[in-house]
Amino acid sequence: MANASATSIPSSGNNVPAERPPSGVGPVAWARKNLFSSIPNTLLTLLGLWITWKVVAGIVDWAIVRAVFTGSDGTACSAPGTGACWPFITHKLDTFIYGRYPVDERWRVNLTFLLAAIGLGGLMIPSVPRKGLFALFTFVIFPVIAFYLLTGAVWLGLPIVETERWGGLFVTLVVAIVGIVASFPIGVLLALGRRSRLPFVRWASIGFIELVRGVPLITMLFMASVMLPLFLPEGVTFDKLLRALIGVALFSGAHLAEVIRGGLQAIPRGQYEAADALGLSYPQKMSLIVLPQALKLVIPGIVNSSIALFKDTSLVLIIGLFDLLGIVQQAISSDATWFSPSTPATGYVFAGFVFWIFCFGMSRYSQWMERRLGAADKR
Amino acid sequence: MAMDRADPQTHRAVGISDALYDPRWRGIIFQILLVVAIVWFGYEIVTNAIANLKKQNIASGFDFLGRTAGFDIAQHLIDYSNTMSYARAFWVGLLNTLLVAGLGIVLATLIGFVVGIARLSSNWLIARLATVYVEVIRNIPPLLMLFAIYFAVLKGLPQPRDSIALPLASFLNVRGLTVPKPTWGDGIGLVVWSVPVALALVVALVWWARRRRIATGKQFPAVLASLALLVLLPLLAFFAAGSPVSFDVPQLGRFNIAGGVTLLPEFVALLVGLTLYTAAFIAEIVRSGIMGVPKGQKEAAAALGLSAGQSMRLVVLPQALRIIIPPLTNQYLNLTKNSSLAVAIGYPDLVSVFSGTVLNQTNQAIEVITITMAVYLVVSLTTSFAMNVFNTRMALVER
Repeated sequence: MANASATSIPSSGNNVPAERPPSGVGPVAWARKNLFSSIPNTLLTLLGLWITWKVVAGIVDWAIVRAVFTGSDGTACSAPGTGACWPFITHKLDTFIYGRYPVDERWRVNLTFLLAAIGLGGLMIPSVPRKGLFALFTFVIFPVIAFYLLTGAVWLGLPIVETERWGGLFVTLVVAIVGIVASFPIGVLLALGRRSRLPFVRWASIGFIELVRGVPLITMLFMASVMLPLFLPEGVTFDKLLRALIGVALFSGAHLAEVIRGGLQAIPRGQYEAADALGLSYPQKMSLIVLPQALKLVIPGIVNSSIALFKDTSLVLIIGLFDLLGIVQQAISSDATWFSPSTPATGYVFAGFVFWIFCFGMSRYSQWMERRLGAADKR
Repeated sequence: MAMDRADPQTHRAVGISDALYDPRWRGIIFQILLVVAIVWFGYEIVTNAIANLKKQNIASGFDFLGRTAGFDIAQHLIDYSNTMSYARAFWVGLLNTLLVAGLGIVLATLIGFVVGIARLSSNWLIARLATVYVEVIRNIPPLLMLFAIYFAVLKGLPQPRDSIALPLASFLNVRGLTVPKPTWGDGIGLVVWSVPVALALVVALVWWARRRRIATGKQFPAVLASLALLVLLPLLAFFAAGSPVSFDVPQLGRFNIAGGVTLLPEFVALLVGLTLYTAAFIAEIVRSGIMGVPKGQKEAAAALGLSAGQSMRLVVLPQALRIIIPPLTNQYLNLTKNSSLAVAIGYPDLVSVFSGTVLNQTNQAIEVITITMAVYLVVSLTTSFAMNVFNTRMALVER
């Protein structure tokens, strides 16, 4: 009895070396705890390993082992069992980015991208000073510059480029950025309208928000492309891209309004009352006291709705615009030089990857921002 | 407002400049301006539309619904032929939308719950795999997924004569998925009727088990028994009626497949795409719902001596569902709205049939798009209304 208890308590000073208890650190212990803690858990791990192997091996096999890396047309990729057809991407990369924008004028697109990157970077990186200047640039000066740069201005010596020639990633970014920027004021106004004391303003806002949120974006785009021309006076015509932009901005604005309303509702009543007590007018109260706090609260929601908008830009192909997906789809379906069984998959993987990078980047940024703001509030 | 009324200043005769500085008058003036603007906008739109329609010789009104459609629809759940009316085509499209949305909702919920729970798994590998699934799928446009599934996968399938044979006598080829077609025999009514009977029995059983538990404290496995009832009773009825079902099994012929029922590749692509896409969002909702239940609840359940299963079923899930259900309904609505992407791959849903073909044939854009939007609006508003009722009933009752 004494013996047994001595062996079961390792620290009893006995000379018999006690068995070392399983350590809590190290890869083996980690695996035992997180992967093989019980029989069902082990089975799950094996299932997970099998899935991982299938997926990784499948991707490597398709994208590298069986892939074609060189060639100048689809015949190189036509052999049965061919994996990815990478030359399709490398040869058409310029088209995928710029669409049919004239080659000599593409520097204008690049310059616009660069200016947008500077403006957005200045706004999005917290350590950059002079946020007010960057905001002025991004929301007021840049749109004007971008408009003349992209469409052209004869008085500046820039030839006009019709929007029919626009395409590719460039159009995706134009629709997404214009949509996000234009939907923001629409969303703020609708959200304020929905919480207004004035009954007509409130009911008009509720009606518009619910109407737009209740229908799919496609019907909004159909409306913008088919119905809008009927509503305009004779002789007034809108560019097809502009019509799509109107549809996207209204759609996104209504969705954004609900996000912003959530923020407005979260601001304690005392803030409104304090602003009233200071004698601030309604615009002052909202722009100086309420909105800055409310918008900060809903940054994750705003980014989420921007991600949704970015993905939704692909729908403009249904009304005949060539965004990134549209131009890839067009190259797949109607470019006879690159016709091969492996072309479609390659094109979609490429387009999917580009979309993924942008959306994933935005979502990571919002998570990071959320943590930062959360940390600031915790002090 | 109460302050205003107490203030004698507001009761004196109102001059123009006073009105501009009084919030009440300013509100009224602002609203009048808004109403005038909306009315003017509406008037402009209507007069322009009338002028444009007249100039382009487009008829107006809803008479076109009664005219012969003259086009075929590849998939119709109700009887349809091209000699029937546009109104009939509308119903065919609507039913196709509801079919793909209904099936998609069921499948996406199943996959979403599995993935959402897997993300919280204590198994590191499983949790990581679920995370990868969610992060990849959520950040890709659904339209791109549809294209990839439709053009890259399904259009790459072999011709009918080289069909891929699947279990259960199904065949997969470039023309779609052919599965055995059930034909119902005479006694099928018995089976159909056994379902409501089983449901009534389940309600009675749950009620009885609850009363007994409150009276005596004895547990009765009501969930298991209910499931058994729901499965066994129709099954029993099925065999009692002499198995009144026969299958039209597809046969692989020389060039084509005979018999069976073929699901269009467009339908398969849309269903798979919508399901996978929405499942990723549902998984996130489920995860945050379960994580939103305070840890103390689980600990309290453990302290009361409930088993892990009981604590999940009786304590955690009911509270998690309160968080999960509102955004879940939102996702169901999103899936239904996203089913309009069908138009891009040619599945004959409401938008594709009505806003596509019918609009092209009749040119009556205003009427056609209004009807289409109204359908989605009705679905959305009814669901939100039901959701609000549910929310007020489920809302946490604070002390």
